[in-house]
Amino acid sequence: MQGERSWTDQRIENVLGNLLRGGVLLSALVVLIGATIYLIRHGHSPVDYRAFHGEPEDLRTIRGIARDAFQLRGQGIIQLGLLLLIATPVARVAFSIFGFAEERDGMYVVFTLIVFSVLLYSLLGTG
Amino acid sequence: MTILEFSLLVWGSSLIAGLVGALTGLGGGVVLVPLLSLFFKVDIRYAIGASLVSVIATSSGAAAAYVKEGFSNIRIGMFLEIATTLGALLGAHLTTRVSTHAIAIVFGTVLLFSAYFSRKPRTHAERNVPPDRLGTRLHLNGWFPDVDGPRSYNVQNVPTGWGLMFGAGALSGLLGIGSGAMKVLAMDQAMKIPFKVSTTTSNFMIGVTAAASAGVYLSRGYIDPALAMPVMLGVLAGSMLGARILVKLHTKWLRLGFSLVIVILAIEMLYNGFSGRI
Repeated sequence: MQGERSWTDQRIENVLGNLLRGGVLLSALVVLIGATIYLIRHGHSPVDYRAFHGEPEDLRTIRGIARDAFQLRGQGIIQLGLLLLIATPVARVAFSIFGFAEERDGMYVVFTLIVFSVLLYSLLGTG
Repeated sequence: MTILEFSLLVWGSSLIAGLVGALTGLGGGVVLVPLLSLFFKVDIRYAIGASLVSVIATSSGAAAAYVKEGFSNIRIGMFLEIATTLGALLGAHLTTRVSTHAIAIVFGTVLLFSAYFSRKPRTHAERNVPPDRLGTRLHLNGWFPDVDGPRSYNVQNVPTGWGLMFGAGALSGLLGIGSGAMKVLAMDQAMKIPFKVSTTTSNFMIGVTAAASAGVYLSRGYIDPALAMPVMLGVLAGSMLGARILVKLHTKWLRLGFSLVIVILAIEMLYNGFSGRI
């Protein structure tokens, strides 16, 4: 029936809600860990954001961030947390593809795939 | 100022921005960039990167609650996200090309508009619009839980709404804001979607829209971890706190006060943009 929400719709929305909340909390935790390490090591250095230099190469790419975080560098861990945060809505879009497929809603599978490819292009294509 | 002092100050200010943003429903992101660039003298590109990250955090956090309540319409959200993500890509690429003066001027203008719309009275009148052909074909019509049981609604003017959403996405990508006000405008005013559904669906879409430009920002080096860290943690804490005390507070004066702050920040941004200080 058009306009009616089915039981699966409700179930999808519950999973989506948990996914979003979990992703945000996880990323906040990782950022907090990185922040602690960063502030202990660099907290007493002077600060300067007046001029724009752009971030160094290793904090711009997924591979660089992963390497830095693996070496337990504060900024690398923070950036990893932020990457997790950016990935949270991407994961929710990815999950929606399966949700719509399960409902056999071909049109919305296509729409969701379009959104998903735009997001992937942004995250991977420009890096 | 040492990094520790700076981080704590930025964290505290972001917490207040997130708290007031949640209490007034205007979102904290819109004041973050002016706050960072005008008072903390942060380069506007770093400020935009940090603000965008915090926008993802608050919208995903809030969307989690709304989605479960069944107000937001995931089909409307997904269909319109095609427009907002494409717009966001365009906006983020523009940010890397236009001058910081131009960004400041556009930002000031958008701030003035959001202050104006926050003062506009909302229409909660029941609308019974007939189903629209395109809206029906795209399965956009739906229902939401009202006080006296589920209420169904129809969606109209799909192309206009889609176009406005593209614009909202472009502004989000250009300025690092959620542009929730424009998203609500597109759904509530143009597409005739009930206000409650519009606001919650808008919130649901903001995170995905922001994620589309975040990739571009990250690869261009606009997201500085040391700056984004206190901003993101502060705004997130503030908005979570705001969601808890929301019901106990009269928000009328707070909204008025916040609108005034937005107008002052708008004038500052315009002045700094035109005089070439930003």
